[in-house]
Amino acid sequence: MNLSLSITKNIHDWLFSMMPETAASLTEMTLIATVYLGVFAVTGLFLVLLERKVAAWFQLRLGPNRVGPWGLFQTIADALKLVSKELTGTVNADKFLYNLAPYFVIITALMALAVLPFSMEFQAFDINIGIFFLIAISSIGVIGILLAGWSSNNKFALIGAMRSGVQTISYELSVGLSLLTVILITGTLQLSEIVEVQRNGWLIVQGHIPAIFAFMIYMISGTAETNRAPFDLVEAESELGAGFHTEYSGMKFAYFFLAEFINMFIIASIATTIFFGAWLSPFGITESLPWLGVFWFLGKTLVLVFLMMWFRWTFPRLRIDQLLTLEWKYLLPLNLMNLVLMAIIVWLNLTIQF
Amino acid sequence: MTNEALQNLISSWVPDPVTSELEFTEEESQFLNISVQPADLHQLMVQLKSNSETNFDYLFCLSGVDWGNELGVVYHLESTTHRHMIVVKVKTEQRDTPLFDSVYDIWKTAEFHECEVFDFFGIQFNNHPNLRRIFLTEDWDGFPLRKDYEDDINMIVK
Amino acid sequence: METSTKNNNFKSEEYFINMGPQHPATHGVLRLLLTIDGETIKNVEPDLGYIHRSIEKMCERDSYQQIVHLTDRMDYLSSNINNEAVCLAVENALQIEVPDRVKVIRTIFDELTRIASHNLWWGVMGMDVGALTTYFYAFRDREMINDIFEETCGARLTMNYNIPGGLMFDIHPNFVKRVKEFIAHFKTKLPEYDTLLTNNVIFQKRMRGIGMLSKEDAISYGASGPVGRGSGYSCDVRKTHPYSALDKVTFNEALRTEGDSFARYEVRIQEMWESISIVEQLIDNIPEGDYKVATNAVIKLPKGEFYQKVETARGELGVYIISTGTKNPYRLKFRSPGFSNLSLLNHIAVGGKIGDLVASMATLDLVIPDIDR
Repeated sequence: MNLSLSITKNIHDWLFSMMPETAASLTEMTLIATVYLGVFAVTGLFLVLLERKVAAWFQLRLGPNRVGPWGLFQTIADALKLVSKELTGTVNADKFLYNLAPYFVIITALMALAVLPFSMEFQAFDINIGIFFLIAISSIGVIGILLAGWSSNNKFALIGAMRSGVQTISYELSVGLSLLTVILITGTLQLSEIVEVQRNGWLIVQGHIPAIFAFMIYMISGTAETNRAPFDLVEAESELGAGFHTEYSGMKFAYFFLAEFINMFIIASIATTIFFGAWLSPFGITESLPWLGVFWFLGKTLVLVFLMMWFRWTFPRLRIDQLLTLEWKYLLPLNLMNLVLMAIIVWLNLTIQF
Repeated sequence: MTNEALQNLISSWVPDPVTSELEFTEEESQFLNISVQPADLHQLMVQLKSNSETNFDYLFCLSGVDWGNELGVVYHLESTTHRHMIVVKVKTEQRDTPLFDSVYDIWKTAEFHECEVFDFFGIQFNNHPNLRRIFLTEDWDGFPLRKDYEDDINMIVK
Repeated sequence: METSTKNNNFKSEEYFINMGPQHPATHGVLRLLLTIDGETIKNVEPDLGYIHRSIEKMCERDSYQQIVHLTDRMDYLSSNINNEAVCLAVENALQIEVPDRVKVIRTIFDELTRIASHNLWWGVMGMDVGALTTYFYAFRDREMINDIFEETCGARLTMNYNIPGGLMFDIHPNFVKRVKEFIAHFKTKLPEYDTLLTNNVIFQKRMRGIGMLSKEDAISYGASGPVGRGSGYSCDVRKTHPYSALDKVTFNEALRTEGDSFARYEVRIQEMWESISIVEQLIDNIPEGDYKVATNAVIKLPKGEFYQKVETARGELGVYIISTGTKNPYRLKFRSPGFSNLSLLNHIAVGGKIGDLVASMATLDLVIPDIDR
């Protein structure tokens, strides 16, 4: 039952029959953007609650359970509180940059969300340089952080922003290289093609040893990219200040906060797409119901998100110089060697195909 | 070493115990108490630490005391190798400008303890690296632990 | 910001940062004035006195039973041991011999207090370096000890159970059973602590080689307790000047020679094991007898000076009483372990980074009311 196929096709045809072309295209794009904004908001809300419940489970307590069944409306209550807060700004802050910085992180998160293949038809923007686009977008996010720290006119915020900038830029290398390692098997950068290749078995199985290494390196670097523990020196409370978002309050702080969770979701989604077959079911058991693909995708992504939350609540924090040593002296050489290994395996046709 | 042996050893260091007014007493205390003049304090302390038979390398308590007429400091010393303990007392009758030598160069723990004594008793120390009020605020008036300290607002006297 | 630091020739690349009195990492109201150059620390100066309550002056007008109640509030995590210090000083001065039952119960309570204090230290240590879950695990086990205390003396933190002459009440009938349950439960939890934090490679990289303290410096700065023992300085008062029932038990003194933060951490973990062993040796054979010896209602110490040392969870606490024969002491001085331990913070933190300062300070285990008295 191709439910999604028929829905999008029907709406598309209806719009184009009603209005002239440009107006119809514009309406269609606005509609899609609104849907994605909704996805963004709901995902953000859900992930914040999930983090609190997972943390509570690790710490032998219950977590939010008063506002709504199982605390489901807790984040909405938090959002309402944040919206009603006063937007204080510092006197000497650079007004334009100070207001612009949160939008950088939000917009990059949204752009990345647009290319993810949730299901066969549920993908907003399927360009032929999919992976390249995703990596490029995440690089732009760094600008938001640096702008936030700089324009706050606050010593601690600046230190925090600089640390975060260095960290993100370093770990982007590892993210890119580990993804590149797996692309060697697929031979294409387009996301929907990558999923098609995985009908012969998920890429983590096809690439066996080097793909497993690539996955482990990707998870470590991905956690570092999003400034989450154990790499959260930037927002560590026991150190000085609160990092680059010290001077933000109310809705602007909510932007940074939400963007962190959405980034975590995006990192997990990319891993799902590349390593675990996006919306494909294992061994093709629900092949005949392609609309179930959304649930498979979300399920796999949530498992990886849970893994990242597990990291946060278990491990202590790394110091900034230990962080950078890890990347430049250990992860990068390992990545390069892994790439060579994968190239050899692909050349000798040693991948596992089903 | 027993108290008697310690007493003999220490009195052998000074040429003439009577003129240097070194007093030993064991009554009313479980340790051997030495009372020394302020001028001889530093030298006695150096010798107590460096002499290998006494080897008092652990200063475990430095207290200021207001004896009524005099202000004084009481040092409790222990040796980590021989495990004997001794008490050194020094007093001065100048309540307006009490001044002793600091023993920071001998035991580094004295830095904070002497600041505390200065804070509460007003006793100053020579050669102290950073003598300042450590608990009370910089502009506090008076020295609270002295017996003649009066504070109608903060003190409750029975 | 008024400071009279010794940093009068201030270089232009250095700047001041205040780790102010309200800060998640300073374990109480401690203000640290840091002079840093980039990420490296040049000078640390503590500013104390935010919780100074003039306990020593109050002791000069209170009776000896009232003074025991004041000592609880100094180092509130080892309140039992603080009480015992004053009680022992008074009992030795009056030359009262307390029954064996009292001595054994006092030692059991001391060791349980030590376990509770080290538990809290472990939880907060994890939190300071970023492992936020350790806090909850530590408090879960500490609750059991608090419940045991509450059943016998009615309070969870400031026990007030020791009085000059013995104990205030007899132990609750459930005491022995509950302590045994706790010991059995806790022995399965301590290995869990090791798995979670001690053997974690990130934690070890944060702690090994950080905050080095040599043995000579430890003795010179007057370090005591686990801080001294982490540098190889054997300073356990329970071994050098035993009191209460400590001469009846056998235990090892936790010593390490490396002198870094990880050594101090390991010393405390080992101390928890040793405390469990002491409680196990004593809990089955609590002698029968009275739980106190009658003293006068108004206690007057004879003329003289008295000193008593005990080993709290932080180190060596000393009580120095100068008495002129009246019902109040003429001068009472508390030699607090935290005050001497804090003085070496500058020595071990200079040249390291801010993250190292936080980790080293956590291993010093400071309780600021103990320092400020």
